[in-house]
Amino acid sequence: MTYKHIGKNFTPPDIEAKVTGAARYAEDFKREGMVFARLLTSPLPAGRIVNIDYSEALAMEGVVGILTTEDLPQPAPPANPSLASDIITYIGQPILAVAAVTEEIAENAIEKIRIDFERRPFIVDPLDTLVEGGPNPYPTGNTLVRNAGEAAAGTTVSGTDVGEVKWSRDAINAFRAGQVPEGAPFPEEWAFGELEAEFAQCTTIVEEPFVTIGQPHHALEPRTGMAYWENGRCYFHGSLQSHTIGIAPLAGMLGIDPANLVFINENTGGGFGGKIFPYPVMAVTGHLARKINRPVQLRITREEEFYIGSARSGMQGRMKLGLKPNGDVGAVDVIIVGDAGSGGGASNSSAAEHISLMLQPAAMRFRGVTLYTNTTPRGAQRGPGQNEMAAVLAPIFDKAIRQAGLDRMTVRRQNAPVSEDLIGPRRGALTSAFFPQAIQMGADMFNWDERQARSGQRNGNKVTGIGLGMGYHSAGASGYDGLCRIGTDGRLYLHTGVGNLGTYSYASVVRTAAEVLKVDWNNCEIVRGNTDLHLPYSTYQAGSNTMFTEVRTNFVAAQDALRKLKEIAAADLGGAADDYEIDGARVFLSSNAEQGMTYAEAAQRAVEMGGEYSGETFPDELNDVTKRSVQGLAGTGLIGVAKDTRHSGTVPSMTIGFMEIELDLGTGKYDIVDYTAVADCGTIIHPLGFRQSMNGGGVWGVGLSGYERHVYDPQNGLSANVGLYQAKIPTYLDVPLNNNTAGLNIADPQSPMGSRGVGEPSQGCAAAALSSAISDALGGHLFNRAPVTPDMIINHVAQLDHFNTGDLKTNTF
Amino acid sequence: MTPKLTRRRFIKSVIFFGAAASSGAGFYLASAAAQRPAGGVERLVSLNVNGRTRRVDVMPQETLAHTLRYKLGLTGTKLGCNRGECGACTVTVDDVTNYACSTLTHSVKGRQVVTVEGLRAADGTLHAVQQAFIDELSPQCGFCTPGQIMSAVALLKTNPRPTREEARQALSGNLCRCGAYDHYLNGVMRASGQLS
Repeated sequence: MTYKHIGKNFTPPDIEAKVTGAARYAEDFKREGMVFARLLTSPLPAGRIVNIDYSEALAMEGVVGILTTEDLPQPAPPANPSLASDIITYIGQPILAVAAVTEEIAENAIEKIRIDFERRPFIVDPLDTLVEGGPNPYPTGNTLVRNAGEAAAGTTVSGTDVGEVKWSRDAINAFRAGQVPEGAPFPEEWAFGELEAEFAQCTTIVEEPFVTIGQPHHALEPRTGMAYWENGRCYFHGSLQSHTIGIAPLAGMLGIDPANLVFINENTGGGFGGKIFPYPVMAVTGHLARKINRPVQLRITREEEFYIGSARSGMQGRMKLGLKPNGDVGAVDVIIVGDAGSGGGASNSSAAEHISLMLQPAAMRFRGVTLYTNTTPRGAQRGPGQNEMAAVLAPIFDKAIRQAGLDRMTVRRQNAPVSEDLIGPRRGALTSAFFPQAIQMGADMFNWDERQARSGQRNGNKVTGIGLGMGYHSAGASGYDGLCRIGTDGRLYLHTGVGNLGTYSYASVVRTAAEVLKVDWNNCEIVRGNTDLHLPYSTYQAGSNTMFTEVRTNFVAAQDALRKLKEIAAADLGGAADDYEIDGARVFLSSNAEQGMTYAEAAQRAVEMGGEYSGETFPDELNDVTKRSVQGLAGTGLIGVAKDTRHSGTVPSMTIGFMEIELDLGTGKYDIVDYTAVADCGTIIHPLGFRQSMNGGGVWGVGLSGYERHVYDPQNGLSANVGLYQAKIPTYLDVPLNNNTAGLNIADPQSPMGSRGVGEPSQGCAAAALSSAISDALGGHLFNRAPVTPDMIINHVAQLDHFNTGDLKTNTF
Repeated sequence: MTPKLTRRRFIKSVIFFGAAASSGAGFYLASAAAQRPAGGVERLVSLNVNGRTRRVDVMPQETLAHTLRYKLGLTGTKLGCNRGECGACTVTVDDVTNYACSTLTHSVKGRQVVTVEGLRAADGTLHAVQQAFIDELSPQCGFCTPGQIMSAVALLKTNPRPTREEARQALSGNLCRCGAYDHYLNGVMRASGQLS
């Protein structure tokens, strides 16, 4: 199909401000009379506050107010409170906030506050609380209990509780040694197929433990916020990766009607899952501003980001994987103990789901435990579960394939999912999948046959490693609202509440409406970033979600506008609506193009006709956020607004990555010589944006498998890395000089433009390719963990293999 | 206020000066400064920023990032870490890149400071690096972009046609959490006329 906009590059409207410094983030906003808040945070990993005396601080010149738990409702554990008092669960947890005319005064005031703490025992290694007799991170237990429906991976929902789960010491010892913890209870379990029967048909079986370590989100813009109140309304400058979907929860935090919240967030300096929804510290900013009746800026420092900025969950597990003689994956049995930090949820099931889709085993069993620890709260981070599983799975899968004497690419291709395949415990259907073709395309681009022949080749101290790996994430939802407006000036106003994470997908998806209405891009204007601008209820911008979900909403909104254009033309010019078509910003009679009206004229007629044409009436099924916006726009033009219907099946976004590295046996460091990745993510609707997602995800993959880790001192619960240099993210010098990326570009039938997102799996395939390549360079050696850092490599080369299977731990060194 | 500027006070002040951000704050900071004893550095200084001479009230331990952002309103200079790790605050001083969060404002008196806001030509035309970064869709979230641009501008001043390897070495002090490195390098190569 030939498109006007889809599949074409364009200049996103916000990019010029980013290169000139004009783009404003939350910390760039000021307000007359604004004061500054600082947080007093917990020095203890577990305990409670017996007494606080802040009288001296409050009396200091320049101090204008203090917010404590007495001012804020306290959610029941394991919900992460904005301020903590009775139940402190990690170092760095906010206890109170001081507002002063300067930050320095606020910080000096904090030093005057006297707090009596009562300590509780704490743990940082999940297995230390799982073992019988081990301390619990919460007074009431150590594990997440879901009383309501399942939460998305890495998130906490109401309806959760803290319970207790324990394993016998024998089970823990067996698990630590990489064995099956016989008799241990698993609160989480699912299975499909005949596990033992399928294993019986396998001629190659590998059994391996694995561990991954949590890592901070490291968004470069800290989660600073600024809030003020006027006439009962809260104006909040914040940093979220979503926009209108965050209105109700943020209003709930502030105890106000969502209609009285104005959320302003034009630019967000990174989120990566850590800013999907409003986070607890936002309540501190808003409540403090209301309490002292002055604008408040609460700046979060880089160090504080490590404590309250969320982090990826770590996991420790064991996998048994069987291959049949022809290379088909027969069965997989996986155990995962997930670390949820001091709040949030682990990603165990999502990690297992990755295996169920990408290897398509005939039978599979997953058993899991989610445990709390006295470490930073965990949350969704770029492909939570799936991507860390991709990293540890790749070398284990390689081992099985090598043992079977088969080719690593060929076996992946033959097991790769197609449209008819199923996913997960419910054996759900897919919207579409063409992954074998993507693998073949990548293999051709990478020149797999020739490259793999170089595996293990030595050049002095350097040895070549060839790796490949797969990434997956569910990449779409449905049921949100779309909203567009044709103004009386004839321009198309594309309203979106999807948020601006920085990938420009917010702009790519609204081009769907321009496509449907055949409007030139220079005659379009995107309306976003401020709820007072009348934005629809849109999806969260996370989980590779936008490209599918918001193409659908913009499509239905544009279809609604198109119907109204034709009806208005028919009402004025005669005939039936179906007799009309559109082009060149005109609606005209199909049989006589001269008989028609411009979009500007039609919008003027919509205003005159009123009713649904100009937004005075609207479908009742719309979300309240959208209803308020349509009411705000009523009478200003022709309104296209509609609620999306529901799609069916999982929307799979999948990637394959190929990597060649040169590993220096003398230093443990490696250079990535080549990285090639191909995505099966539907139609590419913005080629440069697609490349950017693939390349950015590739960098993240290098970080996951090669560098990033969030570790704690088990003796006192302190985080060992609270700076960018301590929890190193990849730099220019750690990633390939060039990347080769491509998309299969086969349309998904349930997206009107065929698109699916790709942000998450682009990391997973790179992480997997790197861990596979490192293992390959070392003759198939398994580290059974992510990340694999140069010190681990050099220890292995020196035959000091305690990093292998004997000392697997998450959260600690 | 302790008359002696101890190491602890200096570090604390540097950290907090990275954020005091309103006219009200400026007033209070100035008031606090007025209590300082005589004998410190001159407070009212002339700075050459983006080709203009600006008179600014500068505290002894004030960082250039603070002065730019909160006294001169040049918020294009970003604070990602405020401790010299990320490079988001990169500016040029006499054409050499500096982390503004780790540079004392008093140390740039009489020198040419250029921020991302100072790159446009008088007629509004974007600098070649800015235009190339747009063409290559280099920024993602954009928070590190001003620093990336200033490093690229400084590189091209001394090396108008760098290799890709030279460009990545020159920009390696600028972190990008979005991972847009490939696109930034493409932008540098385009700005230097080596990519069309």
